[in-house]
Amino acid sequence: MADVVVERGRVARATGARKGKSLRNALGRKSTVAFFLTLPLILLIALLVLYPAFYSLYLATLNKAMTKFVGLGNFTFLFKRETFWMVVQQSCIFAITAVIFKALIGFIVAHFVHNIPGKKQRKWRGMLLVPWVIPPAMSTLAWLWLFDPSYSAFNYTLSFFGVGPIPWLGDTFWARFSVILVNVWYGAPFFLIMYLAALKSVPDQLYEAAAIDGANWWQKIWHITLPMMRNIIAITTLFSLIVTFANFDIVRILTSGGPLDTTHLFATWAFQVGIQSSDIPLGACVSLFMVPILAVAAIFILRDVTKRGNEA
Amino acid sequence: MSTLAIDKSGPSRKVKYGSMSRDRAWALRWSYFFLVLFAIFFLTPPVYMLITSLKSSAEISAATNPWWVFHPTLSNYVELLTSNQFLRFFWNSSIVSIVVVIVTMLISIPAAFALARMKFWGSATLATGVFLTYLIPDSLLFIPLFKMLGVVQDYTGITLLNRWYVLLFIYPTLTVPFCTWIMIGYFASIPKELDEAALIDGASWLQTLTRIFIPVALPGLIAATIFAFTVSWAQFLYPLVFTTSIDQLVLPVGITTTLIKGDVFNWGQIMTGALLGAAPPLIIYAFLMDYYIAGLTAGATKG
Repeated sequence: MADVVVERGRVARATGARKGKSLRNALGRKSTVAFFLTLPLILLIALLVLYPAFYSLYLATLNKAMTKFVGLGNFTFLFKRETFWMVVQQSCIFAITAVIFKALIGFIVAHFVHNIPGKKQRKWRGMLLVPWVIPPAMSTLAWLWLFDPSYSAFNYTLSFFGVGPIPWLGDTFWARFSVILVNVWYGAPFFLIMYLAALKSVPDQLYEAAAIDGANWWQKIWHITLPMMRNIIAITTLFSLIVTFANFDIVRILTSGGPLDTTHLFATWAFQVGIQSSDIPLGACVSLFMVPILAVAAIFILRDVTKRGNEA
Repeated sequence: MSTLAIDKSGPSRKVKYGSMSRDRAWALRWSYFFLVLFAIFFLTPPVYMLITSLKSSAEISAATNPWWVFHPTLSNYVELLTSNQFLRFFWNSSIVSIVVVIVTMLISIPAAFALARMKFWGSATLATGVFLTYLIPDSLLFIPLFKMLGVVQDYTGITLLNRWYVLLFIYPTLTVPFCTWIMIGYFASIPKELDEAALIDGASWLQTLTRIFIPVALPGLIAATIFAFTVSWAQFLYPLVFTTSIDQLVLPVGITTTLIKGDVFNWGQIMTGALLGAAPPLIIYAFLMDYYIAGLTAGATKG
């Protein structure tokens, strides 16, 4: 009885919307309500995200005192500086290496956790996600202390094996290694959780069928796990690429870009140039170089996310 | 016929290697072994924080075994928790995070409701835009925002730079897009019949939102709240750029800039401060792990 009433009401509204005036008013009211509900969101995004993004384009064309328009002067100035190219190179090395290792560790550990039966799985998962929960600025301090030149706990341990002492943050290679290590430590749990959720969604029957067909573990991963997880792997990797590429906290606290600016990323160098040396236009210019890579990653993420939305 | 015979011999030979259950038992053993290794890797820094925080400065500089506490002391905790400066940081962080969570919810819940249920001109574009905004990192915006705040300050005469309350306006740019995005997902998964029934009973949009959507999507709401809190609590770049006076700093910046004094690193206190700073998110995580993980995975799976 009630169902019929609902149906009739819906039909009446649908046809009425096309014809009747009074019902169109009601629809008008609905979109007015919607407008006011989304207004704070639109204002926030427009004023504090979009406006600054374009403002930064404008800033990048000014001279240091911000009194004169210099066009692309800042960009050509950057192209001539060796430090800039080093930052470009280091940002790419940092982001790509870190993301690969995060994805690998996340994938491997997700399998191990997945193997563990029921209740214990929760405990392991809870323990392994801790690095992601601690604010990165806090945990990086712990790493800074672990890497301390004279009191390094790692060097103390390694000395028993006759290795070291390793200049964790003092030498270019090791400093680069260390910032990547800390980033992998911080980010791998995110991959772990995403992959674990994806693994759980793969139907067991597929593995059983493969086992009956005599597939070994590698064939199972290659022909079942990876294709089934393809979408989530793509989204997670691209997302992590953005976050890692734009990373600031870890490098800032661990090395401040040193030794000799060799560990600077776009974010930390932009901070040093723009805020610490108060050359705001040049700083804005440096951070703008992140945009192309972020944009490409964002486009691919968007494509994958909408694809997922359509599948569901 | 002959190929069929060869095909069959392949899998049948494999069976010799052992039963599936024995394979599983070995897989389990290896899993535990490697999980222990990875757990050591993942937990070393927080455990080391705890170890160091229980040491006195004398014990640290004596360079005894760094992995063991010989004379445990709580003096670092007592010292920090009675220092006005540290409590000030903690207070600033708490007030900023709590207000930002409230602001975030007030903005993103109505917006998500409108985007999930009311089809209006541009609603699909706006939803996509919200997601894209979430992908814009803080390190891209801090310089123009810094300059903008300076300009606004010059025009209006309201002090914005070097004041903690400016973070209340800035942090929502990090939290609102993601919270709106996952709330859209949660709201969209609520059956349409539910709010149609409410509409027929004469409920207004506001009543539909507060009486139906919010209670039904409560798990999503909790996940979004946790996300907003942890992001605000952990944010480091914006407060580092926008605030400098000691009484205006939030916890992450306060600890990194004031406890590290020149070359004299008081590591016992730094580690204690870092551990206390990490405590609120860790405590929330310990109690609400499932919501936390739901929020984490929702970003990529709901849409």
